[in-house]
Amino acid sequence: MPKRGAPAEVNAGSMADIAFLLLIFFLVTTTIETDAGLDRMLPPIEPPENDVVIKQKNIFEVNINKNGQLLVEDELTDIKNLRERAIAFLDNGGDGTCTYCKGAKNTESSDNPTKAIISLKNDRETKYSTYITVQNELVGAYNDLRNREAQRLFKRDFVDMEAEYLNPETESSTKDDLKEKVKRVQDLFPQKLSEAETSAN
Amino acid sequence: MSKFAKKKDEGLPAVNTAALPDIVFMLLFFFMTVTVMKDSTLKVENTLPNASETKKLEKKDRVIYIYVGAPTSQYASQFGKEPKIQLNDKFADPSSVGDYILQERAKKAQELQNVLTTALKVDKNANMGLISDIKQELRKVNALKVNYTTYEGDAFNNLQ
Repeated sequence: MPKRGAPAEVNAGSMADIAFLLLIFFLVTTTIETDAGLDRMLPPIEPPENDVVIKQKNIFEVNINKNGQLLVEDELTDIKNLRERAIAFLDNGGDGTCTYCKGAKNTESSDNPTKAIISLKNDRETKYSTYITVQNELVGAYNDLRNREAQRLFKRDFVDMEAEYLNPETESSTKDDLKEKVKRVQDLFPQKLSEAETSAN
Repeated sequence: MSKFAKKKDEGLPAVNTAALPDIVFMLLFFFMTVTVMKDSTLKVENTLPNASETKKLEKKDRVIYIYVGAPTSQYASQFGKEPKIQLNDKFADPSSVGDYILQERAKKAQELQNVLTTALKVDKNANMGLISDIKQELRKVNALKVNYTTYEGDAFNNLQ
């Protein structure tokens, strides 16, 4: 007869090893990623009821052809100069009503940042990467100007304030405060970026 | 006196590691709960372009994804090399984008249906014709908020 005693205890010493193994598996496979990108609003499909007449000088035309070349205000322009050109256009303040503009006050260019419109056209064969670069530069132009005004008014970058405002973890009291500031800076340089339908060829 | 002298030769007691598995399990459960498995397998090439002026897409439950790109080598023989649209797990025409958006929108909670964003994950080698078609479809179903998803980086890298 074998010896009968109390049943032997199961050795749990390797439980930690097994748990570690699983832990490492999940650690490796976890991707805590948040996507980022350029936010845009598409125009509604119904045309506005009353057509507004916009002066030609308040429109900044950007045309991308299928080879990725840029035509800015009927001038062939390098993409690296686009941001500069856009800033000059938006910040122009031609009719003198804009008190915070620091531009050239050229009467041939935009009257006021609130009236200035950037119109972007592209070809069907334009590469998407080129299009994104152009979009990025135009949004960048707006952000640069807004940052400048936010620094002047609130001693803080606009991009920074907006990111904190949009962050869901921000407390609601700070949010209310930020909302007003963000709105105010946005109103100084409203983003008016129109995308016409693509030309057929 | 002898009471104190006795303890001298016992040495350091071993650290009790009985609670170690508990700690590890706690970490394990944390990672198990935060892990999100990818819900759709990509059938298209998806190298996104770079951009620097990006905004984060918070709240995943408010986002509808549309992928565009050339079919991967596995599917290239069947679907060709021209960029295609991928909705959920299958290839689709631009004309079915509208239906897809409406379908996805109906699945979301009532209060979220008006604040949805459409994230366009487009390969950088796609051309704008297809994107314009998608945008046109999105406008038809009134899904006007779009996000061109990009990587963080210098936008001029796109041009090379």
